[in-house]
Amino acid sequence: MGKTFKKPEALSDAHTHYCPGCTHGVIHRLVAETIDELGIRGRTVGIAPVGCAVLAYNYLNCDFQEAAHGRAPAMATGIKRVRPDLMVFTYQGDGDLASIGMGEIIHAANRGEKFTTIFVNNAIYGMTGGQMAPTTMPGQRTSTSPLGRNVEEVGMPIKVAELLAALQTPAYITRQTVIKPKYINKAKKAIKQAFTYQLENRCFSLVEVVSTCPTNWGMTPVEAVDWTEKTLLAYYQPGDYKIPA
Amino acid sequence: MAYQHIIDKDRCKGCGLCIAVCPKNVLEISPDVNAKGYYPVFQARPEDCIHCTMCCIMCPDVAITITETEEASA
Amino acid sequence: MAKVLMKGNEAIGEAAIRAGCLNYFAYPITPQSEVAEYLVRRMPEVGGVFLQGESEVAVGYMIFGAAGAGERVFTTSSSPGISLMSEAISYIAAAQCPAVFVNIMRGGPGLGGILPSQADYLQATKGIGHGDCRLLVMAPASVQEAVEMVMNAFPLAEKYRNPVMILGDGLIGQMMEPVAFPDHLKSEPTNKDAWATNGMDHRKSKSRNLVKSLFLDPVQLNDNNLQLKAKYERMRAETVMSESYNTDGDYTGLIVSYGTMSRVCRTAIDMLKAEGIEVGMLRPQTLFPFPEKALADAVSKPSCTHVLSIEMSMGQMVEDVDRFVRGLLPVSWYGKCGGDIPTPEEVIDVVKERFA
Repeated sequence: MGKTFKKPEALSDAHTHYCPGCTHGVIHRLVAETIDELGIRGRTVGIAPVGCAVLAYNYLNCDFQEAAHGRAPAMATGIKRVRPDLMVFTYQGDGDLASIGMGEIIHAANRGEKFTTIFVNNAIYGMTGGQMAPTTMPGQRTSTSPLGRNVEEVGMPIKVAELLAALQTPAYITRQTVIKPKYINKAKKAIKQAFTYQLENRCFSLVEVVSTCPTNWGMTPVEAVDWTEKTLLAYYQPGDYKIPA
Repeated sequence: MAYQHIIDKDRCKGCGLCIAVCPKNVLEISPDVNAKGYYPVFQARPEDCIHCTMCCIMCPDVAITITETEEASA
Repeated sequence: MAKVLMKGNEAIGEAAIRAGCLNYFAYPITPQSEVAEYLVRRMPEVGGVFLQGESEVAVGYMIFGAAGAGERVFTTSSSPGISLMSEAISYIAAAQCPAVFVNIMRGGPGLGGILPSQADYLQATKGIGHGDCRLLVMAPASVQEAVEMVMNAFPLAEKYRNPVMILGDGLIGQMMEPVAFPDHLKSEPTNKDAWATNGMDHRKSKSRNLVKSLFLDPVQLNDNNLQLKAKYERMRAETVMSESYNTDGDYTGLIVSYGTMSRVCRTAIDMLKAEGIEVGMLRPQTLFPFPEKALADAVSKPSCTHVLSIEMSMGQMVEDVDRFVRGLLPVSWYGKCGGDIPTPEEVIDVVKERFA
């Protein structure tokens, strides 16, 4: 008894620049597998954010555009509107989407733009060296909240899935995580569902994926998985927050 | 049907997540550093491997593959 | 060719369609919202795309996305809106994508006013966005010229794979004038398979395309900038345009003025001529590249003693005029920017005061 496993075709052979144990790599694989399984690589356009995943286009073998910080949803809107036949997805981190790009993601979702967003929430700015993000937890120490996030001073972390689910336009909004195989398999189903809704020209879809950042959290990869399970997932609860009728 | 568990040791960054999820405690960190300066994972107890792909699914660097080989491996 | 009496803003919208651009993203801002109000009805008639974005920032990136996917696309805005799009324009220039931006200028800085102005000259020609990027900038003096410049902007943007800007003062957008849409200015979009993210299947290719501007390797970034610089040199050689007025004979001074302001100066020049005072005028039609040679020729006239830059701003083009006159003659500026337009009489007074 046993199973085979191989790297998806849409994932390049390049070694990623991500830190050891960073689960960006898992999410890239799930997106690549989805692209392979839906057979859409020839008409897919990805949009990379500004952040650790800016180099996502080195790892995913399809047409790509590189957005300015936070503006990927606007670029995706531009592409999807002029070429609705293209399969368009944005891949964004929490600094990119929930901070500078909050306006763009809310309005793209509210217009019901028919693209897919993969939103990687690791509660910190990774690329720039571990600053506080809108999703940083209360008391979580970062390079710009060295004494821990002070909610009296900077408010509570933003729950993006719940925020977007409150919009009235139909959409598929779900939160997943990739810190263990059981979660990874569910995240894969959700990502495939999101791309399928786009394939069916049905609605806007966003998959928030709670992810780890061992380096900037100051933890080993395994400790980061545990902290995510105990602390992050308690606040960012996985589940489907909006399903199109 | 026989399966082959392959770890691309130069792609592995020794993060240890696969070790944590392996149900049969097959994997360990190797003492030999790889081309990138990481200590990659290796199969310390290959005979215990049940080819369940947990490690493959968990690996952020997609460094582990499992292939099917025709003849039963001795 | 049949002429139609049209408001400048609407003519600009129609001109894009007639040129073969069927994709428009925009955000409302006085004094050019009528472009959107016109195109929201017209684009569906021609199977085009119309979308009002949530901000000019977002619109700038909708333009970048669509341009990066290989489609003709344009937007119109006004001064503060263009400031918000400046980052996107830098990205579009860096990634070498064609796109057309129309700025119907209003008074600035800050919220400024909603009346006409020419106070975005430096922004458009010198500082549109961070980094070594430039815009091809054309400045129409009539609604007809605006139509033709808009129609020409699309093939020019594709020829140089660079954003192109039509810089109109508020009057261009708000005036109604008879216009025609020359058929010969309609153009077929160029093939963009070499670089656009238009889908591998679409271009029957196995290799993917990448539209980006990040070059972490300093040598690669320098090379990219050298490529841009070469294009801007080509623009200087190939696209510069200007018009002269009353410069055949002798003239005691030369006015340099563009856009609607140049029409006021033309009237003043005619009135001065009636009084026996000869004044010449150079009207730049492209602001980048600036018509250096035409200016040098015009100031080399022995009779000419003074160069006067008249613009609806606190003196911006005058910096280029001064630079290119290279000290041969005294250069001065006159202008107002609150939104009331200098009258011919005011121009006459200044001319008499300065050199006649």
